[in-house]
Amino acid sequence: MLIAPLDRKMLRDLWHMRSLAAAISVVMGCGVALFLLSRSMLHSLELSQQSYYNRYNFADLFATVKRAPDSLIERIGELPGVAVAERRIVVPVNLSLPGMEAPASGRLISVPDAGRPRLNQLFLRKGRWLTPRSDDEVLASEAFVEANGLELGDRFSAIINGRMEELSIVGVVLSPEYIYEIKPGDLVPDNRHFGVFWMNEEALQMAYDMDGAFNDLSVRLMRSANPAEVIRRIDELTDPYGGLGAYDRMDQMSHHFVDNEIEQNRTMGLFAPSIFLGVSAFLLNVVMSRTINSQREQIAALKAFGYSNIEVGWHYIKFVLLIVAASLLVGIPAGAWFGWFVTGMYARLFHFPELVFRIYFSTILAAAGVSGAASVLGAMGSVMRAVRLPPAEAMRPEPPAGFGPTLMERLGLGHLVPPILLMIVRQLERRPVKTAFSTIAISLAVAVLVIGNFFQDSIDYMVDAQFNLVQRFDMSVSMADPVSDRAVYELASMPGVLHCEPTRAVSARLRAGPRSRRVAVRGLRPDSTLFGLVNMDGQEMELPRHGLLVSKKLAEVLRVGVGDWVQMEALVDKRPVRQVMIAATINDFAGLQAFMNIEELHRLMLEGPVITGAQMLVDPRQQDMLYRKLKETPEVSTVMVKQHTLDSFNRTIVKNLGVMKRINLVFACIIAAGVVYNSARISLAERSRELATLRVMGFTRQEISSILLGELAIVTLLAIPAGLALGKLFAAWMTAAFDQELFRFPLVVTHRTNAWAALVVMLASAVSGLIVRRNLDHLDLVAVLKSRE
Amino acid sequence: MGGGLLPGRETFLMSRSTAAPTTVFAARGITKVYHMGEVDVHALRGVDLDLFTGEFVVLLGPSGSGKSTLLNILGGLDVPSSGTVFYRDRRLTEFDDAALTRYRRDHVGFVFQFYNLIPSLTARENVALITEIARDPMNPVEALQMVDLGDRLDHFPAQMSGGEQQRVAIARAVAKRPDVLLCDEPTGALDVKTGVLVLEAIQRINRELGTTTAVITHNAVIADMADRVIHLSGGEVTGVDVNTRKRPAAELTW
Ligand SMILES: Nc1ncnc2c1ncn2[C@@H]1O[C@H](COP(=O)(O)OP(=O)(O)OP(=O)(O)O)[C@@H](O)[C@H]1O
Ligand SMILES: [Mg+2]
Repeated sequence: MLIAPLDRKMLRDLWHMRSLAAAISVVMGCGVALFLLSRSMLHSLELSQQSYYNRYNFADLFATVKRAPDSLIERIGELPGVAVAERRIVVPVNLSLPGMEAPASGRLISVPDAGRPRLNQLFLRKGRWLTPRSDDEVLASEAFVEANGLELGDRFSAIINGRMEELSIVGVVLSPEYIYEIKPGDLVPDNRHFGVFWMNEEALQMAYDMDGAFNDLSVRLMRSANPAEVIRRIDELTDPYGGLGAYDRMDQMSHHFVDNEIEQNRTMGLFAPSIFLGVSAFLLNVVMSRTINSQREQIAALKAFGYSNIEVGWHYIKFVLLIVAASLLVGIPAGAWFGWFVTGMYARLFHFPELVFRIYFSTILAAAGVSGAASVLGAMGSVMRAVRLPPAEAMRPEPPAGFGPTLMERLGLGHLVPPILLMIVRQLERRPVKTAFSTIAISLAVAVLVIGNFFQDSIDYMVDAQFNLVQRFDMSVSMADPVSDRAVYELASMPGVLHCEPTRAVSARLRAGPRSRRVAVRGLRPDSTLFGLVNMDGQEMELPRHGLLVSKKLAEVLRVGVGDWVQMEALVDKRPVRQVMIAATINDFAGLQAFMNIEELHRLMLEGPVITGAQMLVDPRQQDMLYRKLKETPEVSTVMVKQHTLDSFNRTIVKNLGVMKRINLVFACIIAAGVVYNSARISLAERSRELATLRVMGFTRQEISSILLGELAIVTLLAIPAGLALGKLFAAWMTAAFDQELFRFPLVVTHRTNAWAALVVMLASAVSGLIVRRNLDHLDLVAVLKSRE
Repeated sequence: MGGGLLPGRETFLMSRSTAAPTTVFAARGITKVYHMGEVDVHALRGVDLDLFTGEFVVLLGPSGSGKSTLLNILGGLDVPSSGTVFYRDRRLTEFDDAALTRYRRDHVGFVFQFYNLIPSLTARENVALITEIARDPMNPVEALQMVDLGDRLDHFPAQMSGGEQQRVAIARAVAKRPDVLLCDEPTGALDVKTGVLVLEAIQRINRELGTTTAVITHNAVIADMADRVIHLSGGEVTGVDVNTRKRPAAELTW
């Protein structure tokens, strides 16, 4: 015999319950797919990031100064721990693209006329390098070129130091500094309206009168270096030249976002597969315990004939492992497909020379290991019961369960309910553990559906809050340098401006003990109407009269609370260092923010009424005129149009999330249907003998199916509220897991989501009920009664 | 079949009557107490018992007298609360779980009142399940032919009558050529005609293979086919009858 008889038994048993096994395999397969996806994506992102950084010499430290002589870079290069220090010029520019009225801005970065930069090297995707000494050639970032449909040789205008210059794109490049290419201060890239360009150093020096000087530097550290110490020394050296304080990769925008994405994948890689594997382990537990219960006598016979406990245990473990194997068969291709898909989504957001998605064999092994372990763990209890079953005991049929009056009868309501309902209630009450298990299983399905939708709810809420409650302006502008607050009146008198409010932003380092963060401290007017200080729960906060209002996350990072004092070290202008009190915290959605009364900020900064930006309400009909006017205003360095941010947000994040949401929902539905079908099938299997007996005694098909389906209905109804509560719990857990410096997700579960989850589960119940009912109709009375269970 | 099946053993069996019988099982003072909450159930209260090589023993007694308990202990499925059981020269009562498994695998064949066949395996596979792990098994087909089921090899238990299923169970028990065959009410669920068929099969095994056989029954008629009849009552052996003239199973009726 090719297959051992015991294995034949297993295969036939498995075939007998194939639909059940398939349901579990699919649920587990989802877990495997998600595991592969997030693990491989994590791997792929980390690897792409690391190799990009290494091959293109991404710097370790960055610093900006106002204007420093070239000799300074040599002194920095000699600092202990510094391997390479490189100078360059980085300037903001306003762009004017053919056919685009809206303001676009960018950043010009110098590259040496001879040779290539040593740090933050460029990857040339298309075209050629710059011709030495040319002053109208640029290399443009791929993100910008693609978003605007530009070609090599296309020309556009930029206002370089007040003069309009024609520039021509000769090459399309990528930089490790701009994997996530984002305008300073934004959270979402708007590649249509913001781009990065590289230009010959001499040309920039000329244009900005920077001969023999620079305003930006990057440093590569030696492996043995102490970064904090090097930062301190650089700050000392750059201080006389208007240094804004050196910072490491953690404060480098692009790096921060990529790291954040990697972290999210790590969290997701733990969270999502856990749910699916947990649920399938649970289902396996239920199925195995029922299978082993029904095979008590077979197990006893095997043992009586000398099969050892280990052989019996292994027999059932193999059973489980086959289901795991089937799940791998489903999960691996699904994971590969999702990976390919998600890589495409990432490519829209993150610009690597190459982002390859590969599923490593070791990851597959890990997936097999994890799902195998979860399943075996889930089935272990039942298998151990089979192993421990004393054979002499198992020869005797299981003692019949005691029937007693149900709670309903004890309450004296027995006569009020029809006998069939009484049977159902008795059955449910008689086996509380089994009832609890089915209820838990189905409530898990409800919960999974709730979290499948929760992300969408959360993001909808966040977007709504961010764009309607927080940013109540239509447009905001910022200046390169502080200007007198009389500029507000000037802005207010521009065409289309309905209302204008000033802001003052100060780049500063907040310190509390050994912890510090670079943030922009924003001064607001207490009567400001265009910027809402809104909590996650939608509540508006007052700007405190004195002290700082900071993001709750920032307070956590610095480990300070309301009433504590922090050191605020301004990195601009007179660079005062002050102690300020944390007056309140705000539970906001994104970033690490700090706000202060504008008057107090002026006092701290030892300055008069100056502003660095303004927020405006704008009449859309006069928008184009306003754009033109703003372009002609040299003090205005960047213009942020809320609608553009929102559009870009919808194009990238929302689109990506939409895909993720659909995948989530499909998976959640699979889980829900799998669980409910499982419960229904198991109770059919467990009760078929009893129901067949009833049929023989003259009950109609109608009556016996109403017993079984009634049970399912009651369990489903019990499970729904429990599942909704559980879903909220999971959502809270996820909110906590994704509580990061860049984004925080509000815990919002809408009624729609709850109703939807309940509906899907009820539907799954109804469909499973119908299938089971069909099985009941075809119940082979003789066969059922003949087999002793 | 029959006669020429196992010539070597036949010769041995024929010489048996003249030699002194060797003891297969020697039980001394075995008791079994089940603790059921407050009450203790004394299933066996000090049983002494010897079974000899190749003999056919019937254990007779009313329901609840401890027959199954005794048989399970002899078969290594259960352990007594006190007392000792020897299997040949080995003390079964000192065996641990693994040793008992080994013992069952190598020496014992069981036939249960409710057949306990594996429903998802055919007759042939049910037998093969056991021959797989035996040291010197018969061919499963051969074993099924011995119980006259050579033409039902590929039928599943659900496709067979109770008597046929029980005969598959017997084939399964004897296919590994056990040293002892223990049957717990093998005809309990069968009518006279099929009961007789099953008993004939057991008797033939005993005769042809020289397998020491113990059969439990409520049915006094069956006692007629035994070498010895051991009476149990209230957990004690109340008497042993030696049959001077064994009746073939085919002559029995009840
Ligand atoms: N696992 C057990 N737990 C508690 N009591 C038991 C157990 N097994 C047997 N008994 C009790 O031990 C006594 C002997 O049982 P046993 O099964 O040996 O009787 P029996 O002679 O085989 O009866 P029957 O002819 O009805 O099969 C009975 O009173 C029975 O209730
Ligand atoms: Mg009995």
